[in-house]
Amino acid sequence: MSTASFTTYDTAWCPGCGNFSILDCLKTALTELGKDPYEVLMVAGIGQAAKTPQYISANNFCGLHGRSLPAAVAAKIANEKLTVIVDTGDGDSYGEGGNHFIHNIRRNVNITHFVHDNQIYGLTKGQASPTSIEGLITPVQVSGNMNTPLNPPLLAIAAGAGFVARGFSGNKAHLISLMKQAIEFDGYALVDILQPCVSFNKVNTFTYYNSRVYELDEAYDPSNKVSALEKSMEFGDRIPIGVIYREDKPSFHRKNMILKDGIPLLDKKTDPSVVQQMIDSFI
Amino acid sequence: MYNILIGGAAGQGIETTAAILEKLLKKSGYYVFTVRDFMSRVRGGHNFTLIRFGTEPVMSHSYRLDGLIALNDETVEIHKVQVSPEGFILCDSTIATDDPRAIKIDMKAISAAIGNPRVSGSIAVGVLLKLFGENMDHVSTVLSEFVKDTFIDINIKAVSEGYNIVDRRFEHLPGKCGDWMILTGSNALSLGAIAAGLRFYSAYPMSPSTTIMEYLAEESEKAGIVVEQAEDEIAAVNMAIGASYAGARAMTGTSGGGFALKVEALGLSGLAEIPLVVVDVQRPGPVTGLPTRTEQSDLRFVIHASQGEFPRVVIAVRHHADAFYQTVRAFDLAEKYQIPIILLSDQYLGDASATVEPFDLTRIHVAEPASSWDGEGEYLRYRYTDDGISPRLIPGKSANFVASDSDEHTQEGRITESAEVRIRMMDKRMKKLEKIKLELQEPDFIGSDSFSTLLVGWGSTYGPITEAVRILNAKDPGTYAALVFGDIYPLPTQQITQKAVQAVNIVNVEQNATGQLAGLIREYAGIAVTSSILKYDGRQITGEEIADRVSREVRT
Repeated sequence: MSTASFTTYDTAWCPGCGNFSILDCLKTALTELGKDPYEVLMVAGIGQAAKTPQYISANNFCGLHGRSLPAAVAAKIANEKLTVIVDTGDGDSYGEGGNHFIHNIRRNVNITHFVHDNQIYGLTKGQASPTSIEGLITPVQVSGNMNTPLNPPLLAIAAGAGFVARGFSGNKAHLISLMKQAIEFDGYALVDILQPCVSFNKVNTFTYYNSRVYELDEAYDPSNKVSALEKSMEFGDRIPIGVIYREDKPSFHRKNMILKDGIPLLDKKTDPSVVQQMIDSFI
Repeated sequence: MYNILIGGAAGQGIETTAAILEKLLKKSGYYVFTVRDFMSRVRGGHNFTLIRFGTEPVMSHSYRLDGLIALNDETVEIHKVQVSPEGFILCDSTIATDDPRAIKIDMKAISAAIGNPRVSGSIAVGVLLKLFGENMDHVSTVLSEFVKDTFIDINIKAVSEGYNIVDRRFEHLPGKCGDWMILTGSNALSLGAIAAGLRFYSAYPMSPSTTIMEYLAEESEKAGIVVEQAEDEIAAVNMAIGASYAGARAMTGTSGGGFALKVEALGLSGLAEIPLVVVDVQRPGPVTGLPTRTEQSDLRFVIHASQGEFPRVVIAVRHHADAFYQTVRAFDLAEKYQIPIILLSDQYLGDASATVEPFDLTRIHVAEPASSWDGEGEYLRYRYTDDGISPRLIPGKSANFVASDSDEHTQEGRITESAEVRIRMMDKRMKKLEKIKLELQEPDFIGSDSFSTLLVGWGSTYGPITEAVRILNAKDPGTYAALVFGDIYPLPTQQITQKAVQAVNIVNVEQNATGQLAGLIREYAGIAVTSSILKYDGRQITGEEIADRVSREVRT
């Protein structure tokens, strides 16, 4: 299938960057789902991964660093017909945007969150990110990163996310499938995508990930929260990829009293007679 | 003009008693102005409400009291000096005062006879109605707004009991406000937003702005508005911008501390040209300051907030009608120019209630985004135009891509570092100011055309300044006038420039320590004030206080 309708101009990424395959997978997933590019909204903050919306033919909103989730959920609240995808990096999502990450899981607006997790800050040239491994030496963490790395799938499941997956940019067919499931999920869906940074992360390389990741098979039950928590903690010599946790529950739009009727918020009109009644109530 | 104070501890029901009373007085025709002075606590402390009413327009408070309703001993001790010699101090018989003005009522016995210990507020309402020569006509209608159905009868009985145990002291005067509204400044502002077609409001609770979120939430289903309590103020403003980008008219509100967190996003609205209305209900800073009190010290802050340069408009709301109509206008300007509009209110105006003519919905007009692109060539979100305004499409509503970027961008909305594009884009955005300046509203002129002393102020001091000019001119006819700014940034300079020629004295009256408006006038009109009346104790200045300070401090 041709992804031409989602294709746009050249990128500012380093040759060999994992972002290229993630972008390919995204275009393929959207094309295979039959999405109309004019009804797709790509949202990001700032960073190397956050440039993804610039490289795909769709509506895009590249806002502030760390603040992509609030803007994205509000855009979806405004217009349910948009397919809203936040596509950005680990620093944007988990560092500057950490508070929004936790609370938008709780909000459960039907958006998809793809995190290019290369365990490093790329655009600012190689400082530790929230997911950097302990001991990683960088120009700032000169004697090695001392902080415990954040485990995004573990945190997301604990916070109540209904769809939590981990993917790998080196396994495109698998990633496309994850992306499609995440986009189709009614509610907040997270795909944490392991991705090498060829310029700044010399530890978590393509080979590093490729030798460790394995696909979760049919025998794994993603609906069991306790085993999902255990599975999400498996991050060492072996790293599982696939849907780690899945729980269907009512999304924001299905619960919100104003949006429940299915009329997109932006199409609602203020009835002057209702406003007149409000005015009269103060008389 | 009459003035009464109801005081007691937090949790004693002052709020409800005052709300019932102000509505009854309004229904009987009076102009009413009510100010709430409360501490940042849920129980205890000393809180009071001032209700001023009469047959002349009243837009500010006064501490000269005709009556005091004291729910505890402390209220009598603090406020008895403010009560006029002919005034009264209404209290329970257990209050230990031997003041000759005291009207002691055995609330306990009356309540026991009625069969409910919590009706003392209603007894007091009855006493007051009688003292001021009012009838009982509207009691049951008004009570039904504030009291649960099951308690209405018992409260009507309590009002009657109170009504019957005292004699009339004052004369009822016929007024014209019976069919007017009475509401707080924050409710008026919220109604303005609803009337303007607000679809999305996001905020984080912060005094004194929370009442806006509460009112909008209460009416959200009827009005079709999503009200979202955000995880923090940064989320709140980024949500409002996201919703606005996607086509839902959006607003966020806060006080100074929350505004500080929204600062970066203000620039996003400016650079990405996304309409945004931000309300700052000011309270005294810095930081936590005095959470439940009032100040006008965020003016310079909101004018300069955010890095870089972009057009914005700051409107200070001056009174209750302004709070409604200027909010509507804020949405219109935001959409028309695709910029952030900042509405400056404060605790005084936000929490005070006043009588105002019913808002006129036929005066509502708000610009809409473009619905389609039928110009030449492809649709470009940031197309260069003569007036700097590019057609704004809503994503998903047409077969065009709507781009938005916080990086400097091309006409298509793509990141660029081109020096040439940068200059053209900056010029395009700043050019919008030329058109904006043509529709700025000059300050209101109050007072005598033959003035020699000109007071200048902005925002909520409109009421006190108006009263001060009246008091001063009564003493020295034809000597005083005032200009009170609503649109304050960009600063409209025509009026001040003209009036300054005639003025011997120019006195700025502000609720801050540094005279922020005076600085702006000097910067943009090149006019220096001759003296300043500044107040920053968290309590709104009264007309009497301004008049007194002008008489003492300004040589005429």
